[in-house]
Formats: sequence, structure tokens, C-alpha cells
Amino acid sequence: MWTWFHRLASPPSFYRFADLLAPWLLALALLLLAIGTYAGLFLAPADYQQGDAFRVIYVHVPAAALSLFVYSLMAVSAAIALIWRMKLAECAVVAAAPIGASFTALALLTGMLWGKPTWGAYWVWDARLTSELVLLFLYMGVIGLNQAYSDARTAARACAWLALVGVVNVPIVHYSVQWWNSLHQGSTILSLDAIRDPKISGAMLWPLLLMLFGSFTFFFAVWLRRLQNEVLARERGARWVQELVPS
Amino acid sequence: MSGMSKRQKRMSAVIVLLIGVGTAAALGFTAFRKNMMYFYTPSDLLAGAAPAGATLQLGGLVEKGSLRREEGLKVAFVMADCEKQLPVSYEGILPDLFREGQGVVATGKIGIDPVSGQRMFVASQILAKHDENYMPPQVAASLKTADGKHSCAPFKSVYKPMTAATDAPRS
Repeated sequence: MWTWFHRLASPPSFYRFADLLAPWLLALALLLLAIGTYAGLFLAPADYQQGDAFRVIYVHVPAAALSLFVYSLMAVSAAIALIWRMKLAECAVVAAAPIGASFTALALLTGMLWGKPTWGAYWVWDARLTSELVLLFLYMGVIGLNQAYSDARTAARACAWLALVGVVNVPIVHYSVQWWNSLHQGSTILSLDAIRDPKISGAMLWPLLLMLFGSFTFFFAVWLRRLQNEVLARERGARWVQELVPS
Repeated sequence: MSGMSKRQKRMSAVIVLLIGVGTAAALGFTAFRKNMMYFYTPSDLLAGAAPAGATLQLGGLVEKGSLRREEGLKVAFVMADCEKQLPVSYEGILPDLFREGQGVVATGKIGIDPVSGQRMFVASQILAKHDENYMPPQVAASLKTADGKHSCAPFKSVYKPMTAATDAPRS
């Protein structure tokens, strides 16, 4: 198993593996997102209190879940990159940051658009909203730090340290609605209590699960493509790249 | 540390960093927990937790049967957490989700009711705080507890410990 893992982690074989996997992941993601969007907009019933405004949930919750998941994945890659000096893990850190930042921005934006008609305000400085904004700044810090060095490996290692320091914010975002009084609601699906005792009707839940799985699959498809780019750029002097891309 | 390989040293650095940052965050947030609450509860205000004259947020459920609409956009109602109640007055536009039994967060100041002489809350803004439950209207109608019977649980007193399992003694 380990030899297989080592072979996969070598840049040329990873590149070919990603080339095979990414199109299928993207196709699956688009299919899930298409069905999920249709079901969320037309098949799911309106909410008893919020009416149709609740349908923002189908974009907001997957975006917010991904914003936390991608950061956690970035931190795990960062630890691997720092401890084992693995090139592919370094690429994984810098390749994930812009995708995570996009999901975080989307979560904040859809949250604001949802907040106005339901709460009565676009933005308040409660613990959930503030910590999610800090998450966006952390992502932007990683992106900026990566641009600040001319050497790709030095840049990736600096990014990895920042990704590790910032991971403390992930549980803070997730548990902010339990630890502090907030205007933001508690967890509807992503808590132990919600798994034991569902907070959302089945007819509203299944399109949300499709959107969640679709968003995760979409992330992995885009991440693989960005990783391929990163690997190509770093190995541009290597023979396998010269053979792959005739200049 | 001379017995450690370079990789082991890097691994220790990563672990020490994570533990250090985690501990610092836990200590800081525990120390400033009260300051990071978005709102006080009626229990907090009646216990004198908030400075007099300050603009602050009050969170609670709109007590059933307490809403009175006065002339213009003036309204008066009672806000409650799981223990205490506080009368509130407000003039302005209410959010669509505002109704009796609903969670709300009001921004304003502590005042004195001119008629009763009791403490009350004079609000300058009202926001609705919906809970984590989503269901179609038919399901809500079949549940006796659904509409207008939201839980008071999200309105935790600032004075209660994080676990909220035991009632903290007040001194």
C-alpha cells in the first residue's frame, strides 16, 4: 500500500492519475448540483416561517461547510508538507487556498442576502459571522503569502505555517453558535444533536444533501486541476513535462 | 533533543505550535467569553449585568399574548428567556419574521416605565432570530408546539458556565 502511495505522490504519476479522475469528478459534481438545484428550487416545500427565502440554504450551507472542510484539509496537507517535506503536499496547500476563499466568500455573501429578509440586517458582529470573516482573511493571508516569495518551495512552507496557525479558527467557527449567544441560528444538520433528532424535514433535507455532496465533489475536481497546474509549473524543467508539453 | 532526527524535530515543532495556539485561544476566549456574547438576556439585565445607560443588545422570545400595537409604528411587548421577563417598547419597522413566540434581538437601552416605575427596555432596532428548525407549513400545523412555541434554550444567560449543566451560584 505504501509503495503505491509513494508512486502516486511522485509528480508525473500524480499528474496522470489526476488527469483520469478530474473529468469524472467534475461530471458527477455537475450532475449532483443540477439535480440538487432543481429539487431545492422546485421540489422542496417552502418553510413554514421563512417561505421561499429559506431556499438560500441550498447554497449557503454547502458553501459554509466547504469553507471549513477545505481549511482543515489545507492544514493537514500543511502538516505533511512541513514534517515530511513532501512536494505534492506543499502544492496541495497553495492549490486549495483560492478555492476555500471562494467558498468562504460565497457563504458570507449568501448569508448576507439571507439575513436581510429574515433577520432584518445584512450583517451583525456576532461570533459566527465574525469568525467566518476571520476565516476569509486567513485564506487571503495564505494566498498573499504565496505570492510574496519568488521561490515556490519557500512560499509553500510559509503558507503551511500560516495554515497550521489558522486551523484553531475552524472549531471556533463551528462551535461559535454554541459557545456564545449569536443572532445566527444553531446547527440544522452538522451537529450530534441534529443527527439524533433531525431539525429539518426529509423533503427539504435530501436536496440539501445532494448539494452538499455535489459541492464536495466539485471541490475535489477543481482541486485536482489546480494541483496539476501547480505540479506542472514547479516541474517545468523536468523531462516528463517537456515530453508532455512540446514547446 | 540531540537524539531526534530532523523529521522528528519538525514534527515536534508542528505539535507544539498546535497545542500552543490552541491553549492561547482557549484561555483568551474563556477570559473574554462574556464580552463576546452578542446579546444579554432579560435575566442578565434584571440581575444588573449590563452597565446603565449603555446601548446594548437584548435577546429573548416575544412572550405570547404580550404584543400591543399603539399609534403609528409604536409597539410594546414582553421579552423572556427561560427564567425572567422584561417589557420592551419600540417604534419603527419590524422584520417580517417578528411575531409572538419568535426569538428576537433588540438593540437599545435600559429605561424606566413611566407608568409602573419598573425597569424596561427601550429598543431602537429589532432583528428576528429564527431557530434551526425547518419544515413545511403542513408539518408545522400538525405539531402543536411548532408555531409560536420556539425554545428559550438559545437565550443563555451570560452568567451561566459554558456547560450550562449546573446553575452557577451568584455572588
